[in-house]
Amino acid sequence: MTDNKGVRRREFLKGIGVVGAVAPLAAGAAEQQPGAGHEPGQVHDHLTSAPVAGIEPPRFFTSIEAAVIVALVDTLIPKDDVGPGGIEVGVPTFIDREMAGAFGRGARMYMQGPFAAGTPQQGYQLPLTPAELYRVGIADLNAWIAKTHGGKTFDQLGTADRVAALKLVEEGKAEFAQVPPHTFFNMLLQTTMEGYFGDPLYGGNQNKAVWKMIGFPGAIGMFVEEIDHYRNKKYDVEPKSIQDLG
Amino acid sequence: MATRLKGVDIVIVGLGWNGGILAKELGETGLSIVALERGKPRDTNPDFMMPTIHDELRYARRHELMQNAARDTLTFRNNSNETALPMRQLGSFLPGEGVGGAGVHWNGQTWRWLPWDHEPLRRTLSRYGKSAIPPEMNLQDWGVTYDDLEPYYDKFEYLCGVSCKAGNLRGVKIDGGNVFEGPRQREFPNPPLIRSHAGELFDKATRRLGYHPFPGPAANASQSYINPDGVAFGQCHYCGYCDRFGCEANAKASAHFTVIPLAAAKKNVDIRADARVLRVNLDGARKRAQSVTYLDAAGREFEQPAELVILAAYALGNVHLMLLSGIGRPYDPATGEGVVGRNCAYQIGSGATVFFDENTYMNPYMGAGALQMVIDDFNGDNFDHGKEGFVGGGGISVSSTGGRPIEFRPVPIGTPPWGTEWKRAVKRHYNHTLAIGNQGSAMAYRQNYLDLDPTYRDPYGRPLLRMTFDYHPNEQKQANFIADICVKIGNEMGGERVDRRAAPTRYSIVPYQSTHNTGGAALGTDPKTSVVNRYLQSWDVPNVFVTGACVFPQNAGKNPTGPVGALAHWMADAIINQYLKSPGPLVQA
Repeated sequence: MTDNKGVRRREFLKGIGVVGAVAPLAAGAAEQQPGAGHEPGQVHDHLTSAPVAGIEPPRFFTSIEAAVIVALVDTLIPKDDVGPGGIEVGVPTFIDREMAGAFGRGARMYMQGPFAAGTPQQGYQLPLTPAELYRVGIADLNAWIAKTHGGKTFDQLGTADRVAALKLVEEGKAEFAQVPPHTFFNMLLQTTMEGYFGDPLYGGNQNKAVWKMIGFPGAIGMFVEEIDHYRNKKYDVEPKSIQDLG
Repeated sequence: MATRLKGVDIVIVGLGWNGGILAKELGETGLSIVALERGKPRDTNPDFMMPTIHDELRYARRHELMQNAARDTLTFRNNSNETALPMRQLGSFLPGEGVGGAGVHWNGQTWRWLPWDHEPLRRTLSRYGKSAIPPEMNLQDWGVTYDDLEPYYDKFEYLCGVSCKAGNLRGVKIDGGNVFEGPRQREFPNPPLIRSHAGELFDKATRRLGYHPFPGPAANASQSYINPDGVAFGQCHYCGYCDRFGCEANAKASAHFTVIPLAAAKKNVDIRADARVLRVNLDGARKRAQSVTYLDAAGREFEQPAELVILAAYALGNVHLMLLSGIGRPYDPATGEGVVGRNCAYQIGSGATVFFDENTYMNPYMGAGALQMVIDDFNGDNFDHGKEGFVGGGGISVSSTGGRPIEFRPVPIGTPPWGTEWKRAVKRHYNHTLAIGNQGSAMAYRQNYLDLDPTYRDPYGRPLLRMTFDYHPNEQKQANFIADICVKIGNEMGGERVDRRAAPTRYSIVPYQSTHNTGGAALGTDPKTSVVNRYLQSWDVPNVFVTGACVFPQNAGKNPTGPVGALAHWMADAIINQYLKSPGPLVQA
């Protein structure tokens, strides 16, 4: 794939700062110019986006969005001396699959108008499904980062800048053009935790690494003897996932 | 155009615990019965099988067994100065959908409510006088006492195979059981579940403080069990996947494998899943129900005539159907007149989180839905309220329901919600922490009510139900008073750190709290303040009976399913022994 013309074009544009300098959706459009340079009779290669490290080929996110998701997950749950990072256990892939599925499409949400902001006690009121919220929120995030960090996207920031920026998003202080930043943050944090701690069946918590870190035995669920035998004692077993037991 | 079906004697709307009990009990009469359930047919095999049932994301987070908010939701506001907005996704409470209803995914906590809970008005007046009751509180007696219901509580406990220990056997108080409970005629059908370590710590600490701990009553069978109907229960596995899940062992009592198959086996009972009732059709004078209109899975409309209509949906669903159908007079908060939608209540939570050293292992994943140790010393009117300045109380407990880590990963207050420090705290505290919880009662108030929303509609064109609800100072005082006691217990347990969880200042529909919505169709003795009489029969339309927690005039500091199951049996008795012999009002208004 690396010898593909589309990739080389994207890398070239990135190299001269074009991709980072414009709004991400526009950058996405610039990446896909079917027929650019087309001459009659000439056969062109497919335009192919570069694979994004840290996520399996996305079902929902664009490559630009996927790079941001990977960076966001890495900021929320970094790899450190405590335990696995969000990327190595597949959280970005989990989020992508969720957004491509029924949850992302808001299949169990009441989505009829009229829409109004409401009070915090009334809960989520945007006219956006979770997948749409991610899409708009990432665009807002990247536009805000571009404005505050010299044309960069979130994934192009260093670790300290990512942490500082995400704190402002969490606190609602980031300047998002379309959606309240903390609403985007809540969806990001919720789905990141679901991927990190959930069953590996869904793409996150790979190798049950997170369950091993905290000592959760997973889907086993047969403790008639153990509840007494291991009273106030460490219960040290290899966790089992649904697939392990299936 | 609806297809008009052949008339039947009885139609039952909803097939959870209530509809299941009524279908089975009334099925004995030989009368023709149709039971309609909006959701899918379900059975233990294949729906709740291992290992796929042990999936926290699918069942606890994505609500596989619950009501789908895209089709069924309500609008909410804290007070009538606000504009109600739709609850766009489930949060605060999780009504069930499908055969078995919310009784499939409940925890199995099967209480007898305290004698006080059935007649709080009379007892409060007699002990404290009228000044103890805030002017805006609609404190009401049921018109049915604990003693009236005792045989029906018993029946439901034996149906469910409840595991516990009596604390009051025919008036004799027994240490180790709940000494505050009303007198019971016999012991529970099964011994208590095996205690968790958290439960042991709670037991010892509360005893040292002079309180009266006991195991919570659990419809999780502590041993294999055959109930009086001959239905077999397996022994609980302590799997930790109980609330929000179906039980693969048939150890957690549920209507789907007990009363419903018994009803379905009868030739005169016809169970129809995927049958969504849109309304009850009344005669012109609104004095008699003639039929119900429902949609099948393909969206075809049917009219099912019946001589008797029993509303057995979730509490909120029953009230919604009554308002849509014109059964009874809707409540008007401006004048205080009308009754349907009045007495809307909920519960209030508070408590303490107790963090222990790393050599104390809770193993939180070894649990059962109703595995808990409780004290009732501060519930109902079990303590002197004279100087406290509130009515009601709460059950204080340590529950060991499971340690599923998407939702259970306690960290001290002040821990950042992400990053390395957060991860360090999760890892440090996951297996070494317990929560002491207060399940606090909430009374009914003039300002809290249910009606129809003027703006938002469901996909069937019907106005959504609208909930106007907030906490009052009475409940906040109670929950903060009990939070202090929870902290005291936590310190006595020897926790390294105890975090107090205070009462919420406003009710929010966002975080999960409890599926214990009550009121809207209160039972009582006066048609001016109640929707149904003491037999749960509509005052206005006497061939409509209404079951479920919607009939509670106020909420208690205990889970509602025990009295719900008892009242369903009480009502079945009244229908069989009184109503069917002479159809008409069983109590004269």
